[in-house]
Amino acid sequence: MPDMVTLSYPSPSSKPQQRQFNPYSENGGTILAISGADFSVIAGDTRQSEGYSIQTRYAPKVFRLTDNAVLAVNGFAADGNMFVKQVRQRLEWYRHAHAKDMPLRAIARLIQTMLYARRFFPYYVYNILGGIEEDGSGAVYSFDPVGSYERESCRAAGAAQSLVQPFLDNQIYFKNQVALPGHPHPQHLPLTTVIQLVIDSFTSATERHIEVGDGLEMFIVLAKGSPLYGLENIDGVQEMTVTNEGERIFVVRRNLKRD
Amino acid sequence: MDHFPTNWGRPRNDGFDAYGTYPIAQRPYNGLGNDVFSEGVQRTQQPIVTGTSVLAIKYKDGVMMSADNLASYGSLARFKDVQRLHPVGNNTIIGAGGDMSDFQYIQALLDDLMVEEFTEQDGHALGPGEIHEYLSQVMYARRSKMDPLWNSLIVGGVQDGKRFLSYVDLLGTTYSASTLATGYGSYIAQPLLRKAVEGNEDVITEEEAVKILEQSMKVLFYRDARSLNKYQIAKITGDGVAISESRSVDTHWSFADGIRGYGAQTQ
Repeated sequence: MPDMVTLSYPSPSSKPQQRQFNPYSENGGTILAISGADFSVIAGDTRQSEGYSIQTRYAPKVFRLTDNAVLAVNGFAADGNMFVKQVRQRLEWYRHAHAKDMPLRAIARLIQTMLYARRFFPYYVYNILGGIEEDGSGAVYSFDPVGSYERESCRAAGAAQSLVQPFLDNQIYFKNQVALPGHPHPQHLPLTTVIQLVIDSFTSATERHIEVGDGLEMFIVLAKGSPLYGLENIDGVQEMTVTNEGERIFVVRRNLKRD
Repeated sequence: MDHFPTNWGRPRNDGFDAYGTYPIAQRPYNGLGNDVFSEGVQRTQQPIVTGTSVLAIKYKDGVMMSADNLASYGSLARFKDVQRLHPVGNNTIIGAGGDMSDFQYIQALLDDLMVEEFTEQDGHALGPGEIHEYLSQVMYARRSKMDPLWNSLIVGGVQDGKRFLSYVDLLGTTYSASTLATGYGSYIAQPLLRKAVEGNEDVITEEEAVKILEQSMKVLFYRDARSLNKYQIAKITGDGVAISESRSVDTHWSFADGIRGYGAQTQ
């Protein structure tokens, strides 16, 4: 019936408009963690950027959570900082309830549930957790933004993941390398080798990726009773833990190119 | 599907309690504003009346910040005597770019906060660090509600004898550095500021700091079409805050005559 008008509410002209505010951003940078037999190294660069602009040359992405856990966070910086803040609060509550620090594998599971709790409005953040397991072995856990995680012995994430991870696959897992007869590839690498690999990874990523640079911050977690493995000879190394009773955490900072 | 059993078998909008059940308060409210059409309420705005860049640097005695007095309505220079530098307490100044009505809301929020803290009479005053943390939590919470406060804010001050300079924006993104710039200033002024300040934070005198900011404001006025040659400079030192009267810089436009290549030309 052409003379009739369909009444609808809301009328087509007053339809709710499509909202176009984007609550996310991407702040560049790269993080990396490698575990050894009785240590773990967690590192990240300190540049924070948006598009082609450097926002600051020093914004930490790697955080000490406990005496045996270090968390590296990369992606949307506002989400990252908020996430670390909330993980730390949960760890504090755990400490007050149980009079001990949460073990690493429990922190990993906690992070999964916290990430998945926001499945439908995710933290736009890639997490890498490094530290020492209860059995004294070095461990690295890597996560995707909604909480999928696995334990690995090395992982790179962030802007230069595609540059660094293949290098690690080759140097840590010995991918595409054939062992000489009678000289099998080692299961674990020594700490000094790992530290050099980390530094090389970041200087190389800085050369080839514009969002990586300015500074390198590297945390080293040693298992309880572990020797220093020559760590004391590394330039500018600082200890963050106050006792050498349990696990010990050290930090090494290096300048990266600022261009 | 209505998932509330107390609603089943009832008129869809019972303004009165037709069946005399009790308590009324425990039944869902079906009135206006709580229906599916409430999506039509405007939540995310776009900035309407906007301020452009804010610049800030650290120097020997504290922190210095500058912003012009213009609030634009699109490309219209609408309000030309707006102060975009706002003191909070005795040793903090915030500078705002972006939506000016959201900024006024933030000013009211901070003033309320300061009153609340003052009435505690506990001998503690909020410094720039606390103000920045508070602002960043507010900004992040609002972005998470998809209802952002459309601003880029710079918080500067001196706390316990240490200089503080940090940024926060509508996404809740935060960072600090010895030079900060918002908006167009982050493209045009930030490189100039970094060249002048990075590594010299403890050497630059007040006079030099003013010069650096004046020079940058001049360049911005030349290049940023939403800027005004009327601006203020604020300094925060251990002695407190001081915001200057509005001032301007000498500019020369004779070179513009010789520019060829864009715009309408007669020859």
